[in-house]
Amino acid sequence: MKDYTNYLASRVTAGGLSRREFMGRAMAAGLTLTAASHLFATSAQAQEPKRGGTLRLGLEGAAATDSKDPAKALSQFMFVVGRCWGDMLVESEPLTGAPVPALAESWEPSADAVTWTFKIRKGVKFHNGKELTVDDVIATLKRHTDEKSESGALGVMKSIKEIKADGDKLVLTLTEGNADMPLLLTDYHLVIQPNGGLDDPNAQIGTGPYKVVNFEAGVRATLARNADDWRTDRGYVDTVEIIAMNDATARIAALSSGQVHYINRVDPKTVNLLKRAPNVEILNTSGRGHYVFIMHCDKAPFDNNDLRLALKYAMDRETMVQKILGGYGKVGNDFPINETYALFPEGIEQRAYDPDKASFHYKKSGHSGSVLLRTSEVAFPGAVDAAVLYQQSAKKAGINIEVKREPGDGYWTNVWNVQPFSTSYWGGRPTQDQMYSTAYLSTADWNDTRFKRPDFDKILLEARAELDEAKRKDMYRHMAMMVRDEGGLILPMFNDFVNAATKNVKGYVHDIGNDMSNGFVATRVWLEG
Amino acid sequence: MAITSEPSGAPPRRWRERFPLLALILQRLGLSALLLLAVSVLIFAGVEALPGDFATTYLGQSATPQAVANIRSELGLDRPVTTRYFEWLGNALQGDFGTSWASRNSVSEQIGNRLGNSLFLAFFAALISVPLAILLGLLAVHYRNRLPDKIINVISLAAISLPEFFIGYLLILYFAVNFGIATFPATVFEGMGFVERLKAIALPTATLVLVVLAHMMRMTRAAILSVMSSAYMETAELKGLGAFRAIVKHAAPNAIAPIVNVVALNLAYLVVGVVVVEVVFVYPGMGQYMVDAVTVRDMPVVQACGLIFAAIYILLNMAADILAIVANPRLRHPR
Repeated sequence: MKDYTNYLASRVTAGGLSRREFMGRAMAAGLTLTAASHLFATSAQAQEPKRGGTLRLGLEGAAATDSKDPAKALSQFMFVVGRCWGDMLVESEPLTGAPVPALAESWEPSADAVTWTFKIRKGVKFHNGKELTVDDVIATLKRHTDEKSESGALGVMKSIKEIKADGDKLVLTLTEGNADMPLLLTDYHLVIQPNGGLDDPNAQIGTGPYKVVNFEAGVRATLARNADDWRTDRGYVDTVEIIAMNDATARIAALSSGQVHYINRVDPKTVNLLKRAPNVEILNTSGRGHYVFIMHCDKAPFDNNDLRLALKYAMDRETMVQKILGGYGKVGNDFPINETYALFPEGIEQRAYDPDKASFHYKKSGHSGSVLLRTSEVAFPGAVDAAVLYQQSAKKAGINIEVKREPGDGYWTNVWNVQPFSTSYWGGRPTQDQMYSTAYLSTADWNDTRFKRPDFDKILLEARAELDEAKRKDMYRHMAMMVRDEGGLILPMFNDFVNAATKNVKGYVHDIGNDMSNGFVATRVWLEG
Repeated sequence: MAITSEPSGAPPRRWRERFPLLALILQRLGLSALLLLAVSVLIFAGVEALPGDFATTYLGQSATPQAVANIRSELGLDRPVTTRYFEWLGNALQGDFGTSWASRNSVSEQIGNRLGNSLFLAFFAALISVPLAILLGLLAVHYRNRLPDKIINVISLAAISLPEFFIGYLLILYFAVNFGIATFPATVFEGMGFVERLKAIALPTATLVLVVLAHMMRMTRAAILSVMSSAYMETAELKGLGAFRAIVKHAAPNAIAPIVNVVALNLAYLVVGVVVVEVVFVYPGMGQYMVDAVTVRDMPVVQACGLIFAAIYILLNMAADILAIVANPRLRHPR
């Protein structure tokens, strides 16, 4: 077996095997997930990085309204720009999702996981020449947490009760114990800025591998290598040019004509055509994002669990993955966690399309007439098609679904989290705890299935402070089963992140954390030849 | 129409008779100001009527109640609509269009860039398309119902019948992807050389020329043809003028009013209506800027863009009317 995995590893080094293929085969050969990941990472890094050149990215998601303040970064474009010029305290390991040091060199929890002490890295310089101190870190975190904050990380940060310095160390006190605390600091809004960005939040001055040379919102950003970077294992190209390209066809044209090296958001409908272009490589990364059909558990007729189960069994998941994702994804099992999360509860039976069971529960629910499902193209790519497919598969179980297409403009305000049955999407979260706390805790703002169960909340809070991993994993299994069998969530598919690059782009890391190598694409790749 | 303010001292009737054209221009300008005011009310009301306000749409799915409340109170969105409108109007009248709610940058500064880009593209598209359209129109009249006329008609009709994004994609496919001779994307940015810029806008300019050509060409042809059937054209022919000279000297001045109007409409379209072409070619113009702003209800930007668009339409139409009047003595001296 060892020879076989070594052979696989050598193919990775030669660039002939994607992470997906490698992991699949190595795990089939008996390697654990962590071991396989580690082997892949070391093999992928065995390629010798080349320095120099200009990397051009054509990205979807920019708008003239983009703010330069990392606290307000929302678009995919600003996500990548921020990762280029700034650093967080903690990063997540690309393949396992475990916390790894960035500007925080190391950390230590108290026994109850309430107080966390972070050692801040020394000798790191901001782009303006100033040295990073613990005061900058404290000012940054405070700016994101104070009551006037408009930060996108506010939800993540509100569990922090006190931020203070202990000599040159940072001490965070939480409202309750949280074993995953370091991962909260990987949020891409939490870029450490000189004096926390209080002087000028829009300065785009940080400690990252690239300095911003020119930035025009919704148009283009150019960045040049930071010669004083504190890390040597990143920032290989000399200049990075990021161009806003919101039209999918324009991105494909720019990539296949070689005008850009990398594009994001390749449409699953056209990915097979793009694959035929001689100089292009499709980069798909399995991730934590998922497309969902959500029912409000507290509103008729969805307050009846038999109706909810009927609707869950009426979903043809395999067809969804094939037709809506073009095969670039995995089937979901009606709870928002997949195997990329630490402490994933293995062995839960996969729910499959079963018209008989659906029909049985539907009759038992006593519901008659049609069920109204609201959807829109903005819910997720292909959402309207998915709703119609679902309508077809439900019909075979004798369930009549009425699909109503809503305008994309205002969908998030008027339909999602308002109407009782709609389509939506979720990006992943760094931990199971965060995913459940964001959308399944009774008191969560974004509890978009109105899943309000005191017993569930209790286990969630207990699991959060539990440092014994075996016990914690058991609790997560219990929670997953509750959401799967009693919740209002229909989760047909986890979508891959589908991007594409020209073949001379090397060193791309398939990061499970988020799209575009967790935003780090420009800092991690190099150009060959 | 007693809107025009009369200069003090001069008796109104005599002044108006002495400078009829100036009076007309002043009257039109006064009306335009009123029109712009009405436009600003309409835009404000329109954006207010859209579902969701800036705070909720800007944050989108990731809106938390606290962040929404913070943004609202910071921007004063919790105050009544009328208060907000008059406050904006007061500042705008003093030339201060405020800062974008989303990016917190000065609106005037950002628009300066974007409008410059739009005008740059529109100028070159117009520079090629207007003379070309009129020339082709004249040629079509000259060879009326013969082969060249038919070729010109078919080709220009084909170009206008294809949606502009499709023409754009075709040009990209052949000239940028397959032959690799044109620059794509057409992104222009500060500090880019003039020649570089010209190269970048080659494809979008070609697309726009193809889109607007047919309209202007056909109007030129129709207007001149109707003049051609009149008696004085017969006289011109009888006194021995060459056909092309008769068209240029006698037919064109009489046909100019409809042509100028169509040209003005197309010029306005080139500046304000080309958002699809901007998106396809990744060109940072005004259209995309305004669409981005409307998407998140960024009121100061939407207002400023809307007013500029309205002003361009009004000015170009006014210019067309004035040109038509200047060209035709009968319109210059009414009654």
